[in-house]
Amino acid sequence: MTTFLGLAETVLRDGFIYGLMAMGVFVTYKILDFPDLSVDGTFPLGACVTAALICAGVNPWLACLAALLAGALAGSVTGLLHVKFHITDLLSGILVMTAMWSVTLIITGKSAILQFFNKPTIFTYGPMQHLPQVLYQHRHILVCLLLVVLVKLLLDWFLSTKYGLLLRGTGDNSQYIVSLGRDPGTIKIFGLALGNGLTALAGSVLAQLGENADVNAGKGMVVLALASVIIGTSIFHRVSFLKATTMAILGAVLYKACLQIALQLGLPPHYLKLLMAVLLTVALLSQRFYKKGGTMNART
Amino acid sequence: MPEHNLPLVRMEHIVKTFHPRTVSETELFRDFFFSIVEGEFISVVGSNGSGKTTLLNLICGSLSLDGGSIFLRGKDITKMPEYRRAAHIGRVFQDPSKGTCPSLTILENLSLADNKGKSFGLSRGVEKKRLDFYKSQLELLQLGLEDKIHLPVGVLSGGQRQALALLISTMTPIDLLVLDEHTAALDPKSSENIMYLTDKLVREKKLTSIMVTHNLRYAVEYGNRVVMMHSGTAVIDAAGEDKKKYTVDDLLKVFNEISIECGN
Repeated sequence: MTTFLGLAETVLRDGFIYGLMAMGVFVTYKILDFPDLSVDGTFPLGACVTAALICAGVNPWLACLAALLAGALAGSVTGLLHVKFHITDLLSGILVMTAMWSVTLIITGKSAILQFFNKPTIFTYGPMQHLPQVLYQHRHILVCLLLVVLVKLLLDWFLSTKYGLLLRGTGDNSQYIVSLGRDPGTIKIFGLALGNGLTALAGSVLAQLGENADVNAGKGMVVLALASVIIGTSIFHRVSFLKATTMAILGAVLYKACLQIALQLGLPPHYLKLLMAVLLTVALLSQRFYKKGGTMNART
Repeated sequence: MPEHNLPLVRMEHIVKTFHPRTVSETELFRDFFFSIVEGEFISVVGSNGSGKTTLLNLICGSLSLDGGSIFLRGKDITKMPEYRRAAHIGRVFQDPSKGTCPSLTILENLSLADNKGKSFGLSRGVEKKRLDFYKSQLELLQLGLEDKIHLPVGVLSGGQRQALALLISTMTPIDLLVLDEHTAALDPKSSENIMYLTDKLVREKKLTSIMVTHNLRYAVEYGNRVVMMHSGTAVIDAAGEDKKKYTVDDLLKVFNEISIECGN
């Protein structure tokens, strides 16, 4: 029983971390209809920026913010390549993803893994030390839950603002945005910055959980995030009171649960990426099955 | 018609070639001139490929010129990108889905349109205090949309969407309304209704408009100037009293003569 609870806690904790990224990919893939592959590069970017800063003694929450900004910067490069230089969406993402490989190595100082054991992280820093023992045991899941809820509420609020409406309209019908006297290209770049910022934030949190950053951590993140978004929105889209951001988070939790169950059933870990690809394929196929009536890309 | 020295839109020495330096190179406009005077409601007719829609695309900036200049109220807008010109121009497309966002609700679509020309910041996207105004605007359409403001536009019919698009494009003050075969994709009844609404809105808001249509009856019945395009030139251009003399048969006759010339 305790092992089960422990596993459930791990699944939820990881689901919340990947939920941050899933919300980012929800913005790029669902709202902007942009299949953004740079996610595979911006996830480890967030991890490495965080590790480098924490090693340098920077406040871990500030390191999170720096990771978010670094991811946003990389995301806007993807956007610029696509919008200003008319490179296809897929290729723009691949270019940034490839470039990030070097950028992360530059940040870590050429090492593939940058460790920062026993340095303050968001799980140990400041008020965390004063948590009562009962809660301190569960500090990882508590911090992740706090972060994911905070980001979700902020994103929900943002999407309901005037600029948020503009962002949703851009993916829906960019000609409409032109008619409103706005440049949809700029809005697209902003959306990609937002999506990759959240992805890098997820990378940052995951790095702090393990107290190390791995330049290879990004492999398969596009697949994981897309699967989370698609699973979440296709399973829960009939639940009218759930916002799409919540669906993305729940999707990430479910996805992590599937992987965890498979591992518990004895799947060798090196089969994991294969399983991830299979799960996304199944999600994509079932989505086609579900899709009836009009598309609801920009529902939030 | 009000007296103005400057026309609202002036197009000078327009040159536009499609597929340049290829075997399918077509020179559509060669030193073409066109003006729109404030208060005009122009109907533009002509066969496919005559340059009607290209004319609109050049005015709106969806296509760039190969030569010549375009002025709006005397200001050179030749190099101005489409989204900037849109501040002065309202446009309704042939495809009803182009004028609205399908996944956003009617209310959200109207809220976006209402904010045209202002900054899109972080204040609430849908302002509750404007609700009554939106409803009153929807009532003008007489389609009962005022009771469906929370529905996504994607579930509406083509005719309803086009009526909404028409309303949206004229909701904020504009200098010019561009109607790009905006009834062509609709069934006859919706088409009549949209034309009726167009005329009503144009009169009430005193809008200068240019409408491309394949419906010669609309071209005769509505507006105060009729233009027939053919291979990048205006073969008919009649305004005011002159325009009133034109019947559908007259237009059809010229249309057929041109077609025979072209060997169609």
